[in-house]
Amino acid sequence: MGLLDQRFENSNVLVTSLEGLLNWARLSSLWQMQFGLACCAIEMMAASASNFDMMRFGVIPRATPRQTDVMIVSGTVTLKMASRIKRLYDQMAEPRYVISMGSCSNCGGPYWEHGYHVLKGVDRVIPVDVYVPGCPPRPEALLEGLMKLQEKVRKESLVKKTA
Amino acid sequence: MTAEEIYKSLSAKFGEALVESKLDAPQPFLVLDPKRMKEVSLFLRDDEALQFDFCSCVSGVDYNNGKLGAIYHLASMVHKHKIVLKAFCTRENPHIQSVASVWGGADWHEREAYDLLGIIFDEHPDLRRILLPYDWEGYPLRKDYKVPEFYNGMKVPY
Repeated sequence: MGLLDQRFENSNVLVTSLEGLLNWARLSSLWQMQFGLACCAIEMMAASASNFDMMRFGVIPRATPRQTDVMIVSGTVTLKMASRIKRLYDQMAEPRYVISMGSCSNCGGPYWEHGYHVLKGVDRVIPVDVYVPGCPPRPEALLEGLMKLQEKVRKESLVKKTA
Repeated sequence: MTAEEIYKSLSAKFGEALVESKLDAPQPFLVLDPKRMKEVSLFLRDDEALQFDFCSCVSGVDYNNGKLGAIYHLASMVHKHKIVLKAFCTRENPHIQSVASVWGGADWHEREAYDLLGIIFDEHPDLRRILLPYDWEGYPLRKDYKVPEFYNGMKVPY
């Protein structure tokens, strides 16, 4: 217990670093881009629904990139969709994060060889922070990915840029 | 009506437009002249005894010997009978007469066959790509299709 703590102990004041405060605020309200691409979207919806309740992590689905912090790429990224994803990502305000959900968006999934129209991994067009494996991943796996992202945000620094 | 009866009523009216037939197949089919699809289809739809009022599916096929085909599955809601029509063309000259004006449902199906196999449906009201982007090159479901190295700056192969 330092002097500072004793001085503030009877009032509602917490002392922290600015970095810690910003990171805590960011990781506690990661608003999510609301769009689904394939069957992974069903699991993503299940993760949002009451049984898994992604909202307890502060994840609120928003229908516009301007209000979102994290893009969950949930499903097969076709070449036709890839340019749209790139544009939506560019429209998100920084800091922005990407969770690649499922085998398709990680590496092409079952379409890796004969999918003439499938982008073999969304990381070919946008940077990905967390990859969630599975085909499709269960809601628990997506929540695990989300917590991994929160860990990453918690370690961020204002001076040193990560990723 | 059985497939034999359908075949007889067609062959009496359109002798030469009927190229071939297989009536003992699980789904009996008639092969038609690709240039005369429309008149035969109109008869199939409008004749009192036939009344094929529903085109349930149009498929495109590449037979891997230079031959392409469009396959029409027809059904009659009134008489509860079915028949399959086929029309063939070549990869070099992929023209088949459209039946989109006969059955509205064939419109998008034919666009899909055009999109993926490059079968050109003559007299189609709006023959554009339907699934792939408009700037796509080639027809991906053809057996001789080669996957491009890049599409709009994105690497395509794994």
